[in-house]
Amino acid sequence: MPEVPQKLTELLELIDMVPDRAERIQTLIDIADRFEEVPPRIARRPFPADHLVPACESQAYVWSEERPDGTLDFHFAVENPQGISAKSLAVILDESLSGAPLEQVAAVPQDVVYRVFGNELSMGKSMGLMGMVSMIAATARQRLAGRQPQPSG
Amino acid sequence: MSEIESRGYVHPEVLVSTDWVAKHLQDPGVRIIESNEDPLLYSTGHIPGAVEVDWTRDLNDQLRRDYLGREGFEALMRRIGARRDTTVIFYGDRNNWWATYALWVFQLFGHDKAKIMDGGRIKWTQEGRTLTRDVPSYPPSDYKAPERDDTRVRAFRGQVLEHQQSKGKLIDVRSPAEYTGERLHMPEYPNEGALRGGHIPGAANVPWARAVNPDDGTFKSAADLRAIYEGEAKLASKDDVIVYCRIGERSSHTWFVLTNLLGFDKVRNYDGSWTEWGNLVGVPIER
Repeated sequence: MPEVPQKLTELLELIDMVPDRAERIQTLIDIADRFEEVPPRIARRPFPADHLVPACESQAYVWSEERPDGTLDFHFAVENPQGISAKSLAVILDESLSGAPLEQVAAVPQDVVYRVFGNELSMGKSMGLMGMVSMIAATARQRLAGRQPQPSG
Repeated sequence: MSEIESRGYVHPEVLVSTDWVAKHLQDPGVRIIESNEDPLLYSTGHIPGAVEVDWTRDLNDQLRRDYLGREGFEALMRRIGARRDTTVIFYGDRNNWWATYALWVFQLFGHDKAKIMDGGRIKWTQEGRTLTRDVPSYPPSDYKAPERDDTRVRAFRGQVLEHQQSKGKLIDVRSPAEYTGERLHMPEYPNEGALRGGHIPGAANVPWARAVNPDDGTFKSAADLRAIYEGEAKLASKDDVIVYCRIGERSSHTWFVLTNLLGFDKVRNYDGSWTEWGNLVGVPIER
């Protein structure tokens, strides 16, 4: 089982150190303030539907860009101006998974969302946020699969 | 006649405008309540004096799948300093989706002095009105609530099955992909919380957000709403209607529209919704 990417572990530990709900919310809002939308060289509006995160009510989009070392940078857009949670998670995923070994990114569990936001998420909200994690992990898996020798015949 | 009244609703008094709210920020008979889908949003700034009521933490039983009981509701209302005669004004994100859900739960306890701020949070912010991060504190009230009444606006699975088998009107307010069951089988899709996809046989599909103008989150006019619900979905105001979605949150929005804006006599929200029906053994499903 691949390890959890080190930067993600560090970020989660940082969030864990804020047990008070109000303070944790403020921490996540501060993180969301660092959100930067996907650069125009990667994508422009209207964004293509195949980059739309399924189940995300905040209309989050995800792109990946390969680095010279073969790892990926992740880029995001969140079309709902009130989608603060989606922006906060986008920053967390970008800062912790961009450049991480693909095997580790591919194995990031969806329930990391509860570690970040707590267990009090509504079902729809948790599904949307887990969809963001799932889409990134799937991108890494697809990239890894593309590197495998293809069966002949 | 106000702009809201001019839209032709049967009960226009259930909506207030952003202007009205701005003029009643200091009104001791009014409590403004923000209820959001996004749990971080209230803390980024809210209408001055508004308290937050979070559906997950404040309106649900924390052990069983059910809403809070009488004592829990009393504790909530006492905490936010609301009295039995306080007019509560709900607003929130996502076209007032969770605001109408909270209002619906308040109906279970007969708190009828409850209204929605038309346009919700998006309209308030679009108009450049004041937001604050100051969390207000009100003197606790001595609110006394009646026992929860689940008979008027809530439907349970047995009632839904009976309703379906007697060809009663059902509205599924989920997306077309959920209605057809297609979404349950999409690769990389998060768990829908149901083992089977599809809809309750006989239910018409009217996605909830069709009732709203997407630009500013306000409700469509009565004529436009009638074209959707009475024209397309073939409902009549005397019909006994049950609405549902995945857990009853989106359908509370449609319940609000049919009951209050179009004046339907009997609309109930099936909050068990697809996460219950799609897991029940032996119930009929259509795709």
